[in-house]
Amino acid sequence: MSPLKTSLMKTGKRRRMRKLENKGAARNRRQQPSKTKKIVKTVDSVLAPGKTAPNFSLNSTPDQKVSLNDFRGQPVVLAFYPADWSPVCTDQLSLYAMVMPEFKKFNAELLAISVDNIWSHLAFAKDRKLNFPVLADFEPKGSISRKYGAYKEKIGESARALFVIDDKGIIRWSHLSPDGINPGADGILSALENLNEAQTAEKS
Amino acid sequence: MSGTTTVARKRTTGKTLLEPTAKEPTEKYHAPKLEIPVTPERDHIEGPANAALTLVEYGDYQCPYCGAAYPEVKKVQKELGPELRFVFRNFPLTNMHEHAMNAAETAEAASAQGKFWPMHDFLYEHQATLGDPGVALGYAKKLGLDTQRFDREIAQHMYQKRIKDDFMGGVRSGVNGTPTFYVNGVRHDGDAVAKALIEALGQTK
Repeated sequence: MSPLKTSLMKTGKRRRMRKLENKGAARNRRQQPSKTKKIVKTVDSVLAPGKTAPNFSLNSTPDQKVSLNDFRGQPVVLAFYPADWSPVCTDQLSLYAMVMPEFKKFNAELLAISVDNIWSHLAFAKDRKLNFPVLADFEPKGSISRKYGAYKEKIGESARALFVIDDKGIIRWSHLSPDGINPGADGILSALENLNEAQTAEKS
Repeated sequence: MSGTTTVARKRTTGKTLLEPTAKEPTEKYHAPKLEIPVTPERDHIEGPANAALTLVEYGDYQCPYCGAAYPEVKKVQKELGPELRFVFRNFPLTNMHEHAMNAAETAEAASAQGKFWPMHDFLYEHQATLGDPGVALGYAKKLGLDTQRFDREIAQHMYQKRIKDDFMGGVRSGVNGTPTFYVNGVRHDGDAVAKALIEALGQTK
């Protein structure tokens, strides 16, 4: 290769690099700071507080169904999630299994829901030592997730959406996580606390 | 390639997928904040107590992802020097990792004798042998610790309450897996690699 050609290539490369760097900087200015980042949601909105939680009856084992109405009289946490077997150390549900004693302090029941089938759920729950029902929104696929506004049509999975439902079956808190972000348990615990305070205030 | 980009940027008809169009609803996302402030009396802090930048890690000694993040944190510390204080808090995932609680207790027992950080580093550098308490005990001896006291405190679970308090504090701050980092008090949702952490630390200064 001629020296001229090499140097031309280098200049071209350098120019392209500079262009990329500048672009990167501009992009950073637009999208940062990291405290508040713009996100794109694939679900428009989940059911809002104040609405009655749609009842459902879904399989927790091949021959057992769990209905929301079974838990009237106590708070229920619904955790819709995209899929069993997410490849991380703690997925959302393993964390909830560890925080379960805290949920129980509020007499709350936790129900996890995804579109995976019951056999996947059983293996998953065993592997992650889950201590709450994991329900299969499998047939018709995603029908309950849809009712809660927590279904990603294009992908065919439930969104990461959380609901805290009071003892009368009314949604008192709901939360939709951005795609790829595990919401943790802090929001649920705060919502259960608020619910508890509101109910104590009502009684007195 | 860089390892810091989490969303693929593809070009389609001159627009990047990341840029929201009018049709796609967007909202501002706020990452959870660290609810338990850093306190020198209680926390394990490496670096100047009054440093301008603070990196907090909630970690589990048996978690492979924490093991992978360990050298990354070292790189961050090397890069930022006295500008940074690094804080480690316990988040043992005991339902997944059978040795995580024992390892956390081991580090806390070393801490009681002023050797938290050497033991913390040792445990992450020897994750494969966490099941054998003799290994950490040997190191405690090498550090010159009173091994009888060290052994007794671990056996009596002297520090389990503190570890569980760390865990619940983490849960309230939105820890959603291990490791979870907080950059100057805000959860770091980016990758647990030095480059991303240093960038985030610089931005929220």
